[in-house]
Amino acid sequence: MKLIKVDKKSLDQGIEKAKSAYRVFGPVKEKSDHDFKLLDKEQLPDLDFQNTRLSPKSVIYPQSQIMFQYSLDESKEDCRIMKEVENVTSPMAVIGVRPCDALSFPIVRRNFDTPEYQDTYWVKAYEATTFVGLACNSACGTCFCTSAGTGPFGEEGLDVLLIAEGNDFYVKPLTEKGESFVQAAGWAGEVESAAASKIEEMKTAAEASITATVDTDKLRDKTTLDLYDAPFWEEEAFSCINCGTCTYVCPTCWCFDVQDETCGKSGIRMRNWDSCMFPLFTHHASGHNPRDVKYQRVRQRFMHKLKYYVDKYDNGIQCVGCGRCIRLCPVNIDIRRICNKMNSFDAESCVCEATSS
Amino acid sequence: MQNPYLPYPVRIDEIITETEDKSLKTFKFVFLNPEDEKKFAYESGQFGELSIPGLGEIPIGIASSPTEKGFIKFTVFKTGKVTSYLHSMKEGEIMGVRGPLGHPFPWKTLEGKNIVIIGGGFAFTTLRSSIVSILDPANRSKFGDIHVVYGARTPGMLLYKDELAGWAARDDINMNITVDGTDDPEWKYLKGFVPTITEEKAPPGNDDTYAIVCGPPIMIKFTQPVLDKLGYSHDNIIMSLENRMKCGIGICGRCNIGKDFVCKDGPVFTLSQLNEMPKEY
Amino acid sequence: MTDYTDKIKEIAKRVLAEGKVDMVIGFRAGTVPMMNQPHYAASAEAVEEMIWDSNCGLNLANYLTDKKGKIGIIAKGCDSRNIVTHVIENKIKRDQLYIIGVPCTGMIDHHKINAMFDKEILKVEESGDQITISGSGFSETVSKQDLLAENCAVCTHRNPVEYDELAGELVDEQADVDQYASVSKVEAMTADEKWDYFDDLLSTCIRCYACRNACPLCYCPTCFVDESRPQWVGKSQDPTDVRTFHLLRAYHCAGRCTDCGACERVCPMGIKIREFTKKLNKDCKELYGWEAGLSLDQRPPLDTFKADDPEEFIK
Repeated sequence: MKLIKVDKKSLDQGIEKAKSAYRVFGPVKEKSDHDFKLLDKEQLPDLDFQNTRLSPKSVIYPQSQIMFQYSLDESKEDCRIMKEVENVTSPMAVIGVRPCDALSFPIVRRNFDTPEYQDTYWVKAYEATTFVGLACNSACGTCFCTSAGTGPFGEEGLDVLLIAEGNDFYVKPLTEKGESFVQAAGWAGEVESAAASKIEEMKTAAEASITATVDTDKLRDKTTLDLYDAPFWEEEAFSCINCGTCTYVCPTCWCFDVQDETCGKSGIRMRNWDSCMFPLFTHHASGHNPRDVKYQRVRQRFMHKLKYYVDKYDNGIQCVGCGRCIRLCPVNIDIRRICNKMNSFDAESCVCEATSS
Repeated sequence: MQNPYLPYPVRIDEIITETEDKSLKTFKFVFLNPEDEKKFAYESGQFGELSIPGLGEIPIGIASSPTEKGFIKFTVFKTGKVTSYLHSMKEGEIMGVRGPLGHPFPWKTLEGKNIVIIGGGFAFTTLRSSIVSILDPANRSKFGDIHVVYGARTPGMLLYKDELAGWAARDDINMNITVDGTDDPEWKYLKGFVPTITEEKAPPGNDDTYAIVCGPPIMIKFTQPVLDKLGYSHDNIIMSLENRMKCGIGICGRCNIGKDFVCKDGPVFTLSQLNEMPKEY
Repeated sequence: MTDYTDKIKEIAKRVLAEGKVDMVIGFRAGTVPMMNQPHYAASAEAVEEMIWDSNCGLNLANYLTDKKGKIGIIAKGCDSRNIVTHVIENKIKRDQLYIIGVPCTGMIDHHKINAMFDKEILKVEESGDQITISGSGFSETVSKQDLLAENCAVCTHRNPVEYDELAGELVDEQADVDQYASVSKVEAMTADEKWDYFDDLLSTCIRCYACRNACPLCYCPTCFVDESRPQWVGKSQDPTDVRTFHLLRAYHCAGRCTDCGACERVCPMGIKIREFTKKLNKDCKELYGWEAGLSLDQRPPLDTFKADDPEEFIK
């Protein structure tokens, strides 16, 4: 597929043009932060950002989503029969997805699109979407994508990669979907002969700007129960207030709750993001709660991302190194610290007492 | 693409109050669309999500047997919001069922083996399904000796009383029905806790004998050492777990124990498997 | 305030060594700028990690709820008022605690500071009343007074009200501040303007409940939003449900809130949650002359009845 170069004006015109065929989402600055929004006519994405405050996961997987509707009117034939609601299947495009966030979609897909079951809501939205990424020329202090399976110029999960160079953008179509979007946008423009080596240089410089790393190489070889029973969980969880910030801002956290709501004689079944930090998440109707205590919930979050997922899919960690949970955790629980603790934990040489309580 | 969250519409065909305290009722459902019954092809040990529009869903083990056609049955303990509402529903009302979900007991492995079925309280539902399946004339010869230990607090708290009496009268199944205590002079079965009766009545463990254990945590806790003593290997002890569930298909994320989901990878696990897993259930 | 650190460490080590407490709750340096982490020390070694500076804005009383054993706790003015509230509400016993009081000159507002710069802030250093903020290619020194969290800027109880020992000299309380200026602004609005104002205020809420969970007052075993029988409030992003959560939570804090600002500090979306609680604080002050957590001997106005309680607002 052919590398293209466009100036900012052509880029913007192309995005506007593509809106006739796609519902286009992009980062918009509201108040003091950027978040992904559906762009109105004439509204352009603001590509001058490091990363959005919330991840783009909500484009595919909204925080609240109606699944079914039903009538509770006894006089109606279809009373109490669940009806599917119209699913959005018209093409969507998300502009400005950072490579870390792009990787989250294939990760999350392993959960929603399985050999046995397809989550129709997620899968249909995912299939309808073209992901247009934006390479990072310089990283944040909390970015550790290069140790989480991608990098500032990472391409996995993207259909097109945009690379900003001064006032110009290199446009690199990566898939057929991407090629179609480029055509819809009408982006065309020859690149200079040295473009490929220029991009390679930019990529190397961007990777060099990443200062944070985690070690994940030993996670797979540890036994689950050794890590589960490791003595550091209570101390590491001390500051946690069990809010849902880390899970809600995380591009790879996918858990949800299902709720019925009724209004008069009609109702909906919906799903809402849920969080393993909340006690209610695992609370049995009997009152028993297998993760009753705070540190058990903190442990679950990290064990899921850094051990259970690793073992289940043999495809790295369930984390893309975007650093949002580090930047936004109100009590500074830092996944890098925990990950390194887990990776270096040696049950044999641990002289600590077994976990108390 | 099949929407895995869409319940099949069913009509409540019959409601049977099972226990003297009325906390357990069996609901017999008939599919509104006959073709849905074919899609709901299940094996004993699986569960379904009972769906009441406006209230939500609850995962419940399937109490009927695949050998019983034309309906499915679930025995439900009244405990939370959805089950309480379900208990107030009437025959003829419409609701939904999703499934079958989870793995059944390992019937292929169990073929040609002796089986000891150990149940306590209201966790006897999928065991009822299993017994009915095993005793079906088409199936009985596939298995060796069948022992059952089933206990409840009192005679009035036993599920499926008529069927229990019928099985007790047969010679191709060894029934040990017990209650914690009773002063009923008519009581003709055993008295004592399930672990004690298991120790007295269950056959010794060997490669050809499997135990299926379902019951409250306290029963499981005290039955396990008994089975160890009787020589059951942990590969031959089969258990069914419960955790809070929503989706029932391994997607919503809440019922995991380690990397496995109780809903999708379970609810049936061997004790060997559970020994390697965190105790988060 | 950075010079409190050594004194805090010295006291913490001493009370641990003397067996007066089993642990001391304080802060350790965080891994990102302006973010210290609540931390407990049960050994002299763990005490070494402790720190005090203008990024200790979380309310440590939140970590005391229903704790057993003897606990040392570092408390600035607002923490100490919430400790008093905890004692009054039977969430902890006064004699379980060894309170190491910290006279406070205010905490800086990481939301505000982040919003001041387009680039990522990599380092924030404190020297006396000057704060130096720097990142790749920029560095700026600003007076701390200009960077204070809004609740700190109008705080009139900087000194701890209850303590066993102080980590520094008492500071002068601020006198010429209008504590309720922001409330007066809202009170002056028309009903429609108020509606729009609060609508916009909550528009970004993601219902992570960080505000609730960082609040020392929100210790209910089951919060009303988590109740299922009956279910008081829906769980979606429906604006009605979001509003219901914030309004009811604020009312649950009426007469108890110390305006510590933890709710705003922890909000990942930077929502000004104090706009709700502040109004109730103002009402309590005007109607009952009450400010929460100032005395162990007085019951809060909303759990007592007096024949001369004002009643003009009940109509």
